[in-house]
Amino acid sequence: MKFVDEFRGPELIRKANEEIRRLANPNRHYRIMEVCGGHTHAIYRFGLKDLLPENVELIHGPGCPVCVLPMGRIDDGLTLAARPDFIFAAFGDMMRVPGTHGSPLEYKARGMDVRIVYSPADALKLARNNPEKHVMFFAIGFETTAPSTALTLVRAKVEGLHNFSVFCNHVTIIPAIRAILDSPDMRLDGFVGPGHVSTVIGCRPYEWIAKDAGKPVVVSGFEPLDILQSVVMLLRQLEKGESKVENQYKRVVPWEGNNAALRAMAETFELRPYFEWRGLGFISQSALKIRSSYAQWDSEQRFTVPGVRVTDPKAAQCGEVLKGVLKPAQCKLFARECTPEQPVGALMVSSEGSCAAYYNYEHRKPVTITRAAAN
Amino acid sequence: MCLAIPGRIIEIDSQNVLQAVVDVVGVRRKVDLGLLQDAPPVPGDWVLIHVGFAMSKISEADAADQMQTLMTLGEAQAAMEEVRGYGLDDDEEGRQPGQGLVQ
Repeated sequence: MKFVDEFRGPELIRKANEEIRRLANPNRHYRIMEVCGGHTHAIYRFGLKDLLPENVELIHGPGCPVCVLPMGRIDDGLTLAARPDFIFAAFGDMMRVPGTHGSPLEYKARGMDVRIVYSPADALKLARNNPEKHVMFFAIGFETTAPSTALTLVRAKVEGLHNFSVFCNHVTIIPAIRAILDSPDMRLDGFVGPGHVSTVIGCRPYEWIAKDAGKPVVVSGFEPLDILQSVVMLLRQLEKGESKVENQYKRVVPWEGNNAALRAMAETFELRPYFEWRGLGFISQSALKIRSSYAQWDSEQRFTVPGVRVTDPKAAQCGEVLKGVLKPAQCKLFARECTPEQPVGALMVSSEGSCAAYYNYEHRKPVTITRAAAN
Repeated sequence: MCLAIPGRIIEIDSQNVLQAVVDVVGVRRKVDLGLLQDAPPVPGDWVLIHVGFAMSKISEADAADQMQTLMTLGEAQAAMEEVRGYGLDDDEEGRQPGQGLVQ
C-alpha cells in the first residue's frame, strides 16, 4: 500500500474551517455530541477542538464500549471464569479494566487462564484446541462488533462445539442516544453519528432523532476532514432550521446498512428488557442477549451468574464525564490517582475513552487545561 | 475497539468461500467474509476488517486514507498487532494454537 504523506486535502481542511467560522452564529453556542469513541480519540489526536471556534463545542458521547460497561459485569464474568476448567477470553481493551478485585490481567497474574483474542473466531478456535476446557468469550461492543460475535455463535452451533460460550455485553447505540436526549442536564444541538456502527445499522435508525427530537445527525468518517465536514453539514442544517440525517461517510456507510450483519444479529440475539450502563444507569432495551435457541452457547443461560451490582469508586466521576456534564480534567482523580498506567475508571483505560484521550493529548498542554478548567 | 483495518483480498479459500486471505501492509492473514456474503468480494478488492471479519468493501484510495488515519492516531501498531494476532488459521508459518496471543 502506498502511504499518503498528508491527509486528504489540507486545502479542503482550511476551507472547511473557514466555512465553520462563517456559519457559526457568534451569538449562539453550539453543543455537538460525537457519539463514537473513535471520533473522540481522533478529535483529541488531531487537535480539532483547538481548530474550532470557541462557540462550537464538541461533547463526547457514550460510544466507548469498555467505558460504559458497569463494573458488576466484569466481576460477574471473572467470577464465572474462576473455575479451574475455564479459559477467559477477551479483546485486549478489556484486560486492564478494573473489576472490584482487579482487572482480568491481575486475575491472570493470580493464576486464572486469561487470554487476549483479536477476534471472537479466535476464541472459538481456542475452544476447538482445548476440548478439556470451557472457553468463555467476554463479548463487548456496539453494533460494530456484535455481528462478528453473532456469526461466531452460528459457527459454534453448526460445528456442535459445546465447550464454548459467550458472556454477552453487547449494547446498542440508539437507546443510549435516547437516554442522553431525555437527560434533563443535557442540552445538545446535533450529533456527529458513529461511522463504523453505521456500516452495520445504516442511517435509518437515526431518523427519529431528526424528526421527533429535532436534532440533526451527520454520520461521519474518522479523518480530520471528515469530522470538520460533518460539523459544517450540521451547522448548515442548524442555520436553516432543518433537522435531518445526512451521511458524510458515504464511501463506507450504505444508507441501508449491512443486511447480512443484521440477519446474523437477528438470528442469535434479542433485546434485553433493560441493561445497566455506567454513568447512564438502567436503559430499557439497550443491550443484546443471546436467544434461547443458542442457550447452549450463552454463559448466562448455561451457568449461574452472580448478578453483582457495584457502584463506582466514590471519588471517581466517570458517570458525569461520560454524560458530558464534566470535562475529564474536572474529575478529582484525573491525572492524580487515575492515569492510563493505573486507571481507576474505565474511561482512562481505552484509547477511545475521553479521559485517556484527554490525558494523552491535552493534559501536557497547560494552556488548554487552564481553559478547560475554567469552563 | 472500533479499529477498522484496511486489507486487500488475496485469495478466497476454495474449500470455504467465506474465508479469505488478506494482505494488510505485507502481513497476510485469514479473515472471515461471512458479513459480506450478500455481495462477496473477489481477489483484488479492498475491505475494512474489524475483529477478524471483513465489514465493508472500500476503494484503494480509501484504504490508503484509512491506514494513514490509523498511523496518525497512533493505532497502526495496534492494528498490525491485531492482524498478526488473528489465529483464524492453524497452518500459517508453523504457528501453534494459542501462539501469538499476548501472554
